Amino acid sequence: MALEISSTVHGSVAVIELSGELDAGVAQRLRDETVAMAGHDGVRTVVFDMSELTFMASAGLRVLVFAKQKLGQGVELVIAGAQPAVAETIELTGFHHSVDMVETYDLDALGNA
Amino acid sequence: MSAVASGRIDYYPTHEHEGFKLRAGSVYPFGATLTPTGVNFSVFSSHAERCTLVLFDKGAQAPRVEIPFPPEFRIGNVYAMTVFDLDAETLEYGYRMEGPYAPEEGHRFDATKILMDPYARVIGGRDEWGRTPDWDDPYQHRARLAFDDFDWEHDRPLEIPIEDLVVYEAHVRSLTRHPSSGVRNPGTFAAIREKIPYLKSLGVNCLELMPVYEFDEFEHSRPNPETGELLVNYWGYSTVGFFAPKAGYAATGRLGMQVDEFKKLVKELHVNGIEVMLDVVFNHTAEGNERGPTISFRGLDNKTYYMLTPEGYYFNFSGTGNTLNCNNPIVRNMVLDCLRYWAAEYHIDGFRFDLAAILGRDPSGAPLNNPPLLETLAYDPVLAKCKLVAEAWDAGGLYQVGSFPAYGRWAEWNGRYRDALRKFLKGDAGRAGEMANRIAGSPDMYGDRGATASINFVTAHDGFTLHDLVSYDGKHNLANGEDNRDGANDNESWNCGVEGATDDPEVLRLRRRQMRNALAILLTSQGVPMLLSGDEVARTQHGNNNTYCHDNELNWFDWTLTETNADLLRFTQGLIAFRAQHPVLRNRWHLSGRDLVGSGVPDISWHGRRAWEPDWGPDARYLAFMLDGAHARGGRAQDDSIYLAFNAHWETYGFELPQPPHGRRWHVFVNTGMEAPHDIHPHGDEPPLDDSSHILVGGRTVVILVAKAAAEGNG
Repeated sequence: MALEISSTVHGSVAVIELSGELDAGVAQRLRDETVAMAGHDGVRTVVFDMSELTFMASAGLRVLVFAKQKLGQGVELVIAGAQPAVAETIELTGFHHSVDMVETYDLDALGNA
Repeated sequence: MSAVASGRIDYYPTHEHEGFKLRAGSVYPFGATLTPTGVNFSVFSSHAERCTLVLFDKGAQAPRVEIPFPPEFRIGNVYAMTVFDLDAETLEYGYRMEGPYAPEEGHRFDATKILMDPYARVIGGRDEWGRTPDWDDPYQHRARLAFDDFDWEHDRPLEIPIEDLVVYEAHVRSLTRHPSSGVRNPGTFAAIREKIPYLKSLGVNCLELMPVYEFDEFEHSRPNPETGELLVNYWGYSTVGFFAPKAGYAATGRLGMQVDEFKKLVKELHVNGIEVMLDVVFNHTAEGNERGPTISFRGLDNKTYYMLTPEGYYFNFSGTGNTLNCNNPIVRNMVLDCLRYWAAEYHIDGFRFDLAAILGRDPSGAPLNNPPLLETLAYDPVLAKCKLVAEAWDAGGLYQVGSFPAYGRWAEWNGRYRDALRKFLKGDAGRAGEMANRIAGSPDMYGDRGATASINFVTAHDGFTLHDLVSYDGKHNLANGEDNRDGANDNESWNCGVEGATDDPEVLRLRRRQMRNALAILLTSQGVPMLLSGDEVARTQHGNNNTYCHDNELNWFDWTLTETNADLLRFTQGLIAFRAQHPVLRNRWHLSGRDLVGSGVPDISWHGRRAWEPDWGPDARYLAFMLDGAHARGGRAQDDSIYLAFNAHWETYGFELPQPPHGRRWHVFVNTGMEAPHDIHPHGDEPPLDDSSHILVGGRTVVILVAKAAAEGNG
């Protein structure tokens, strides 16, 4: 199933909802979207809502690595609701230490943090 | 294309082939390199006439496109081309080389073969361990691109002083493949991360991994004639690609993320104070002899990469079919590029070179006095803080233990240490003198190089495990399917009375003691101790001393042994902790045998059954020595004095003790004559000797005493 990306900004929090499969073919789209969302004035947190994401290839992880290093310390990355297979990929390669991995997120709490 | 990139004229293509946009590439670096606009391909061949780049979609058998290098894209012997707009995630690439097929002249070009890039940093085709390959695929080992975007944070190689190192030799898969390992992804880099607490509790601070460069477990695979079980290239001493970690060792190998997974392991080990040393095999490749597969080197430039006889056949100094031509300048540079890459990109702390004597041979096979490769590595700025360890012999009869060209940098697996300890341990007469030299860091062999030139070991992956060393007189290798012909015959082992498994309590008790004796001597010797993974829990290979082909319990670490043999594990932990607590055991340079700090006794003194009177006679099967605490680190560190008596004779002997330093008494740290838990005493709980002038040491027993103020122990 193709990747669907839907993004919204809530004050200082940008939420990128992903559903379907994140493979090499669509990684660039996500990368561009991430940069665009993080570029909104006042955005301090980017949440990747992965609850509907069923597969992530290495290209997907690359986008997260890119986002972490490109956006720097000023923007916090949160990965929310990753399904077990996706979460395991992130953990096996050690990227979970660079982001917050949460099951669910609370926009108000993130916005006030 | 970014705005910055688009402003540069060199980011525009000049050529086109079947819709692919091209430009002359950069000759350096060799390999495939991501650029802002595409991928730069650079490959070398001194004898090819034409080169074609072959591009695949990941996993596809048929190429997506074949792009001949335009003649103007060759500079010297290097073909270099940038291809624009490639998707690095889904790309696989190889080369076809056209040139003469003339084996008698050393050339074996074959344009029907698709060749792997020797600089490939990710290699597909064996993505999951043990999954039967598609043998119809014309491109078996598939070069891919790697990303260098791993987030190392503040990590870098640890640079632990070599005199403080305790090396633990392990096989990636063996460590966690056993069902008892309790990890989520058995047999992988990720799984080792789950065993870091164990390594820390053991106390080792350097994990030496048997080969992790991409290899093919199916090389020479064959059914076991007795059981039908598949015998494979399990150990991996046969490299397919020197720049790529083995995909089948990564839980994420099927996703092509082995680079990240292995880097994560290195980073995590570093956080826990454990270095990573790689066992690297530069003496030969997986292509075998003229009957072997053409994977890469043979088809790219056979005459450059391999040592060839005048008739064009392969020299076989490695015992495996071919010999890499390491002192050819091209090959030498490849080895250097490779090691720099692993040191810089993977933060590897050290390298152990398999059959390293080969690295000192010239292209005709003759040993060189001043081998350029070894010198280059020794003085390289990137490798300057890496440990370099040689297995200083080869299968062609060159034995350089003690004489390996060291340039002040190289350490050696000290095979003579192993042999001396084994002979002494089993009670051979007249071995005390040599044993003393080995315990002292082999000053007779490494006079100018210091004690740390000696990597001391009693067992390694080659040969018996420690348990089997004291349980078998001879090897039992029938399971290897070679009628027990393979594997070493000179094991210097002793079965303690019964060959193999037994329930005789006396034999078992003696074996337990002998294992402890070996560990105690090893971990109190000057030099760098190396343990074979599993020896601390008496792992057995049932007498098999060459388990290179077994993906089964002959190799897998059985974690239930940490409970069954918890007392031996505790003993080993205690010895490693003792070594860490006592700098007198860890000297960079040789001890002098003289009093250099005015303590009244030499830094090391030798004793016998009478204090100050060592017995080096032809019948001696024991020795004793004292390390003076006032001399620790040349007198700059405070330490306790330590007295050690090794009695390898079957009789009990009384040993007169040298005086402990003023105000101190001898306390018992180790007495292998006692059953657990009285074989070893925790730091601070060492019981004092009633009589500090004399001790009885049982037959085949090691006693280690430490001089402490009377109130320090439980006295």
